Amino acid sequence: MAAMCSHVRSSSFRVKCCRRQVGMAQSSAFGRRCARAFVSGFFVAVPVTVTVLDRLAYIARVEGASMQPSLNPEGQTTSDVVLLSRWSVRDYQVQRGDIVSLLSPKNPQQKIIKRVIGLEGDLVKTRGYKNRYVKVPDGHFWIEGDHHGHSLDSNSFGPVSLGLVHGRASHIIWPPHRWQRITPSIPGGCALLLHRDRLPPSDQDD
Amino acid sequence: MLRRAVGKSLAFAGFTIQYGCIAHCTLEYIGELVVCSGPSMEPTIINHDLVFSERLSRHFYTIKKGDIVIVKSPFDPRMNICKRVIGLEGDKVCTSSPSDTFKTHTYVPKGHVWLEGDNLRNSTDSRAYGPVPYALIRGRVCLKVLQAEKTGATFYPLRSEGLPRGFKKQLILHVAT
Repeated sequence: MAAMCSHVRSSSFRVKCCRRQVGMAQSSAFGRRCARAFVSGFFVAVPVTVTVLDRLAYIARVEGASMQPSLNPEGQTTSDVVLLSRWSVRDYQVQRGDIVSLLSPKNPQQKIIKRVIGLEGDLVKTRGYKNRYVKVPDGHFWIEGDHHGHSLDSNSFGPVSLGLVHGRASHIIWPPHRWQRITPSIPGGCALLLHRDRLPPSDQDD
Repeated sequence: MLRRAVGKSLAFAGFTIQYGCIAHCTLEYIGELVVCSGPSMEPTIINHDLVFSERLSRHFYTIKKGDIVIVKSPFDPRMNICKRVIGLEGDKVCTSSPSDTFKTHTYVPKGHVWLEGDNLRNSTDSRAYGPVPYALIRGRVCLKVLQAEKTGATFYPLRSEGLPRGFKKQLILHVAT
């Protein structure tokens, strides 16, 4: 009897076991489906996101006071969030007055945001650079922050290579009351001395 | 009928976008095949050699002295150049050509690298245009896939220890930064 009991008990245990296995099989199939959906979604979402951020547009928060008053006008209290258009600089086309973000030539891990003052061939009057006047070499451009004296820009490291351009700031998207398109403008008291088209031809040769 | 055609074309567009994005990520973050042209890296890399350049060491900032790198040209960002890293930031490098009697030296500024071609006589490099920002580096050449002269594929890794004679003399002093 005791043996019978034990047998019955064991068989019922086996039945329970089987049921649990069926349940596990169902749940594992469900889990597999979930995992497959997750992996396929992952392989779509991550490359698409990375490509959009690399090729089309990038969103970044502006820190520091170097672009006051155009960006971060309220100082330390709030910081602006800008939309950087990467599509418009895909062919390294920038204009004078554009606000661009670029990889810092001093520190490759840092991105800086400055205003384009002069393009290649322009003659620029500097503030505190080693030469008083600089002719911007080929493939380079001259950048300055709007907040003179509080900005680490071309006046400290000279003209920068066009290959460092990361994106062009096209909109301010945060805070909401400052939502606006950024239009290219050259601030007063500007450093650009001579446009490259107005340079005498003898100057352009050297 | 029309609905099926629209669905098929949408699926095709979706797959194109997906694989285009995967290709972009691979080329941008893992590596790409590059055909080198020009004499400046002879005899390490000869004209029309096919090399593999990997992007990871540029993204993780592990580029060392002696690595061969592919860099955006500082004077024309649409053009790429292939040179050897001779000095990192803070290094003292020789700026004069090897035949000069008076050697001139300079320090590589912060965030920059000093590049020279292996063919010192026929190479426009940092001796002509100065140090190059690190951020212009696109990738490190790690494998020569196909040699132009021979037929058939030859795989062999390009190591940083394989510096030609005369290069080690230029690395005079390393200043820790």
